[in-house]
Amino acid sequence: MKITGYCDRLSATPGETINFMVNCELPTYTVDVVRIICGDSNPAGPGVKERIIKTSANKTYKGRKQTIEAGSYVTIPNSPLLEILQSFSFQAMIWPTTPEKGQQVIMAKFHDREKSGVALIISERDGSIALVLGDGRGNEEVISTGKSLLAREWYFVAASYDAKTQTVTIYQEPLVTYPLIADAAEIHTKAKSKNISSNQSPLMFGAIRSGSGKGKLDGKYNGKIDSPRLANRVLSRAEMEMLKSGPVPTPLRNAIVGSWDFSRDISSIRVSDTSPNLLHGEVVNLPARGMKGYNWTGEAMNWQDAPEQYGAIHFHDDDLYDAGWEVDFALTISTTLKSGLYAARLRAKEEEDYIPFVVKPTPGKEKKIAFLLPTASYIAYANEHMATNAGLIELLSGRLAPLDKNSLFLNEHREYGASCYDSHSDHSGVCYSSRLRPILNMRPKHISALGGDGSSLWQFNADTHITDWLETMGYEFDVITDEDLHYQGLEVIKSYAVILSGTHPEYHSRQMWDAMLAYQQQGGRLMYMGANGWYWRIAYHPEVPGVIEVRRNEGGIRTWAAEPGEYYHSFTDEYGGLWRRQSRPPQMIVGTGFTAQGFDISAPYHRLPDSFHPRAAFIFAGIGKDEIIGNFGLIGGGAAGLEIDRADRLLGTPPHALVLATSLGGHTDLYLVVCEELLATYPGLGGTENELVRADMVFYETPNGGAVWASSSIAWAGSLSHNKYQNNVSRITKNVLDRFVDPAPFVK
Amino acid sequence: MATIYKVGRQDRHVVNEFLQKPIGHHSPALQRVLNVFRGEPTQNKYVLICTKPHREWVLGQLSGEPGKPVKILKDQVFKRVEDAEREVFRRRWKKHTGSDLD
Repeated sequence: MKITGYCDRLSATPGETINFMVNCELPTYTVDVVRIICGDSNPAGPGVKERIIKTSANKTYKGRKQTIEAGSYVTIPNSPLLEILQSFSFQAMIWPTTPEKGQQVIMAKFHDREKSGVALIISERDGSIALVLGDGRGNEEVISTGKSLLAREWYFVAASYDAKTQTVTIYQEPLVTYPLIADAAEIHTKAKSKNISSNQSPLMFGAIRSGSGKGKLDGKYNGKIDSPRLANRVLSRAEMEMLKSGPVPTPLRNAIVGSWDFSRDISSIRVSDTSPNLLHGEVVNLPARGMKGYNWTGEAMNWQDAPEQYGAIHFHDDDLYDAGWEVDFALTISTTLKSGLYAARLRAKEEEDYIPFVVKPTPGKEKKIAFLLPTASYIAYANEHMATNAGLIELLSGRLAPLDKNSLFLNEHREYGASCYDSHSDHSGVCYSSRLRPILNMRPKHISALGGDGSSLWQFNADTHITDWLETMGYEFDVITDEDLHYQGLEVIKSYAVILSGTHPEYHSRQMWDAMLAYQQQGGRLMYMGANGWYWRIAYHPEVPGVIEVRRNEGGIRTWAAEPGEYYHSFTDEYGGLWRRQSRPPQMIVGTGFTAQGFDISAPYHRLPDSFHPRAAFIFAGIGKDEIIGNFGLIGGGAAGLEIDRADRLLGTPPHALVLATSLGGHTDLYLVVCEELLATYPGLGGTENELVRADMVFYETPNGGAVWASSSIAWAGSLSHNKYQNNVSRITKNVLDRFVDPAPFVK
Repeated sequence: MATIYKVGRQDRHVVNEFLQKPIGHHSPALQRVLNVFRGEPTQNKYVLICTKPHREWVLGQLSGEPGKPVKILKDQVFKRVEDAEREVFRRRWKKHTGSDLD
């Protein structure tokens, strides 16, 4: 792909402005703002439908290359206190995860172009700790311990330099010693460098800038750093021990330049110096915080209960928060632009990309129907690499993994960051995901390995089956996003008669969850057009926009597992993980919850006795009593498929809920019961044998005239357009929507 | 997924079942063979490259290393996904059993 882009906000109301940032390797590109109706390029389906909207942004622009610098670090702005250092000591606790992966910076006050300053690094030669001294005239001296660090072990590391005698001391002390393992070292030697040359670089932990000008981020460290301390003279080993933890002891106050406590500001991007010098700094690219430190005992599982045991930051060479590109064009949303799903479509010769955005309704002018675009789930999946990274993907989907140009690009351009389904290059789980970067799987036309046989769509592009159906059936509707719901709460949804969810609304913050339940309780109507919804708890960062956190703890269908002790969010004080594991199973809020998954083909539903109940008559108007529902569809050839949900009173399905139809018995044996259902393993977990492998269509009334209808299947929306929209899946959906729009209460 | 099952002559009877229906309900015996084939580690693993989405595919082979490009095998073009599935099955059968499928 030679053209990629993103925007600075996913949704805007008329009058607000969205900025667009574009990377283009061709001389020019043309922008057309389009209303996205259908993004499915499958010739067996409705086809790609988009409508060009005339805006001031629809122009040809000059192309320019913009690149992304991934990798996290701490930066402390330069200060005279740092510049005048001659003799010094530096110490920290480290837990390196890839000590063999080339040169990595623990600490650097270094200007690379002239090789000026000092750095404490992991040496690329042997993965041992080394001190770098630069004379400012292009020469650097490297003194290493020569003893390779082990991955995932804690070390006390320290180095000092005496400007008068040029004596260098380096300590490399594992906290745990193993017989026959030689990873400890103590070096006392003389350096050739007569002095430290000063420079105006910031003090950095975790990386360095190399080259000239702005330079390139280099020496990216993978692993934890805890309790870094910098002193303006040589400290004895005993003095270093006094500094390891707690406040700076009085005798050492004059020696300390900086004493950084990462256990403060865990929910912030700030990094605090607890010394009187106040050399505060910032994290860049959001390394993981709320991470267990060298001194974690296991008595506290929540960092709030023992913050001093969570003084570590885990740096990754592939972390990304903000791509930081310059703005290429902006669009102020016109008041005539109706609410909906749009994109800036970028084209240059045969190259193409789309930057999606949502136009929210003008407050006070809301329609009766809203489509709640599950942007939190899109961001959780942003730039996932399952087709290339995950050995299991072909086995789980029962077919060869399809890769389109976006997937091929993402495989090669890891600097575009990963999703919360990925692991970092050091195999730790990715727990943060940001939208301030091109999200190349959040695009119309994108094909996913998870999307089932047929159209093979997932998340964003699968949700265009819903926008396509709404538009084709002539409904007037607004579009709002998860992020709008999180920040604005009930206010942004309360006026709607009915809200449609996406095919896969999996990730919810507490604010989103509470607002949706309140909406239902006060008479709102929800159509759950998907499955595996309301599954994981997330948090949004309290300070910076556009980034979510998830902790994959305890259990659940997941691609990595949080480390014990790291189950609580760093962004907030909340326990992370499944909503089910916090007494809010999805059945409580949408009637059904995740029960099984399979990614090969889908199945139909058959009617159950409850579907003949008078309360459900409106749903099955025009449907025959023995009619099989949804034995067709673009997602796996059936309406019940991919991830599916079941009703369960014990998990919170309301006692008066009607279970209208089910796909029980129709699924292949690639559909397996989800792992959180398994207290113990037992044979017969597949769709031909296990009664938990089913999608249950459910309906129930809520207080004050509201109601909930659940399809309980990700594949449901893929069946809507079958036979030119003349089919029983479309019919049922229309029956429900038409009744839900009608304000007549279900129960007074 | 590290399956220890060794595909061999004893599995010959599931081949036609696969060739007739590469994607869909499979017998346990066929699934056991597919667990081996589809569960292979990522290095050199076959994938489908959507050269013309929904219309045309070629095979690719994963490098197994994040960041390293997928090897695109341009020599065979498939107009149907099932044909690509059969071709890959043949290649894997040969690799695991040493015999050709005729």
